[in-house]
Amino acid sequence: MQSGEALPAFLLADGEGGEKSFPSGRPAIVCFVKDDCPTCHVVMPVLDAMHQALGAQIDFFVAGQTSEGNRALTDTFAPSFPVLDDASLKVSFAYDIDTVPSLFLADEAGALRQALVGFVREEWQALAQSLSEDAAVDLDWSSLPEWRPGCGSLSVDPLIADRLRAEAENSPLRARKIEIASADDEFEFMFDQGFSDGLPLVPPTPERVLRMLSGTRRDPQEVLGVMPPNMGDVTVEKAAINAVMAGCRPEYLPVILTALEALLTEEYNIHGVMATTMGASPVMVVNGPIRERIGMNMKLGALGQGNRANATIGRAVRLAVRNIGGAQPGGTERSTLGNPMKFTMCFAEHEERNPWEPLHVERGFNAEDSVVTLFTMTSGPTLIVDQDSRTAGQLAGSFGLSLEAAFHPKAHFATDVLLVVCPEHVDTLTRDGYSKADIRARIQEVTARPLEELVENETSAVGFKKAAFEAMDPDARKRVLPKFKTPDDIHLVVAGAEAGKFSGAFHGWATGEIGSISVSKKIEEV
Amino acid sequence: MTTILDPTNERVPVTRQLSPRTGEISGNVALLDISKPRGNVLLDQLEALLSERLPGIRIQRYAKPTFTKPAPDALKAEIFENNDFLIEALAD
Repeated sequence: MQSGEALPAFLLADGEGGEKSFPSGRPAIVCFVKDDCPTCHVVMPVLDAMHQALGAQIDFFVAGQTSEGNRALTDTFAPSFPVLDDASLKVSFAYDIDTVPSLFLADEAGALRQALVGFVREEWQALAQSLSEDAAVDLDWSSLPEWRPGCGSLSVDPLIADRLRAEAENSPLRARKIEIASADDEFEFMFDQGFSDGLPLVPPTPERVLRMLSGTRRDPQEVLGVMPPNMGDVTVEKAAINAVMAGCRPEYLPVILTALEALLTEEYNIHGVMATTMGASPVMVVNGPIRERIGMNMKLGALGQGNRANATIGRAVRLAVRNIGGAQPGGTERSTLGNPMKFTMCFAEHEERNPWEPLHVERGFNAEDSVVTLFTMTSGPTLIVDQDSRTAGQLAGSFGLSLEAAFHPKAHFATDVLLVVCPEHVDTLTRDGYSKADIRARIQEVTARPLEELVENETSAVGFKKAAFEAMDPDARKRVLPKFKTPDDIHLVVAGAEAGKFSGAFHGWATGEIGSISVSKKIEEV
Repeated sequence: MTTILDPTNERVPVTRQLSPRTGEISGNVALLDISKPRGNVLLDQLEALLSERLPGIRIQRYAKPTFTKPAPDALKAEIFENNDFLIEALAD
């Protein structure tokens, strides 16, 4: 700053319930200090002596950089002036100081007359003498060190400076900025940093992230939840950064934010989903008007590639899990085989082709609500090929027989399933007036097996344990068990092309309290 | 230069990739003086030791115009194109 330049105005709390405002209409000394700086401890008695001598003509604004430190300075030195609270560091930043102590002498209008950095005895003594025409500053200058370098101002601490700069620029961005040298390839750099799922990422430049944030009215610093295993705060901004990398458009952001909120619930249990050696991953199903608005695919090839919204929303959520939570293969992500659905798995339900209640209405939302539902899958979509059944009973019977494979044919009551019924199969089912409840009941009916068939045996040790079975009374042994513990473990949605008698099933993971429970959440911003 | 925003929870410092370590030194070796006082003294010693122990290598000396600023792009490109190894000397 040049002499004569106007110093930044400020209003700071004085720690005694009041506030002090600069400029004050009188000459002033503005000085920044912090408690853990030995040089500031040298200047505090100097400032106090100057204040006692000159306080009648000159206002003193001594600002400390931490609230706790200010209390310590006050206790240690009992100065005749209040130590003002600049714990937010906004004033330190506005004054562009690198060092504490930094002293600014201002005239009545607040214009700079002189600045001192650190402690040089001659300079401070000269300043004191120039100001004290009759009132001599009562100080034994010779007892003070000749020179002491200052300490770094907290406002230039690398951990804080970016945030302060963003606040000063009124930018909503707070994430750490990473500079990639011009000679480096930014795509290779992001791979090297471990940000990627293995595919290239769109560089999340501040411009792109700001554009992504235009997709929501939510505060960029709002915390959606805490992502395990590293328990990182999932802010709207961090979600937006990962959405940019995934290749999303801003209008997808509300779906991603809501999906992340669902994923961060206790019931959904993303930590278990990522950590299991079974290779589980979230499947996201989107219902309601937002499907059309953001151009999601629910028809031909809905579960496959080729649609940007489907592909990138799923990927954004997975990247957020990876980057914010730190779940990475070999770390806390421990799948034996992995699963391509871990890249992305998101689709919309074709509600208009669904003669029954769509998924979200079945789960308690209004038809006009936009909702995202998370289901944990370990296999699939496993195709159910049935081009022959002409009755609903036959077709739902085929669903049941195919679903026997979930986990293992001898594993009953073990998991849940997301069944994606294709339009041609819907027509076969509705021709006979089948409801969703009928489909579920038929699946349970055809999969029901006597307990004795599900006991470990020479063919396979999977199933009910032999010792437990033998301890049961004869009547209990005759019990018949369907595939699923309850019909509610069969989730039904409609999607796919008009042509083709091929439905699909996502087999679940451990469900209920011990595993992952499907969670639906309304997308409030549509 | 491209600036990107950190997608992580920022608990780990950003790391830069190290070049692969081959286990032996051969070819052209650049010695870069960052132009701090006595950096040249250190590099003279290094040059003598390297020449004695590794007679097969060719040593080339470079200097940054000033230690206070990053090396100019042209100098970095020249070092990169003409050398297999680089030793950068600090000083004081």
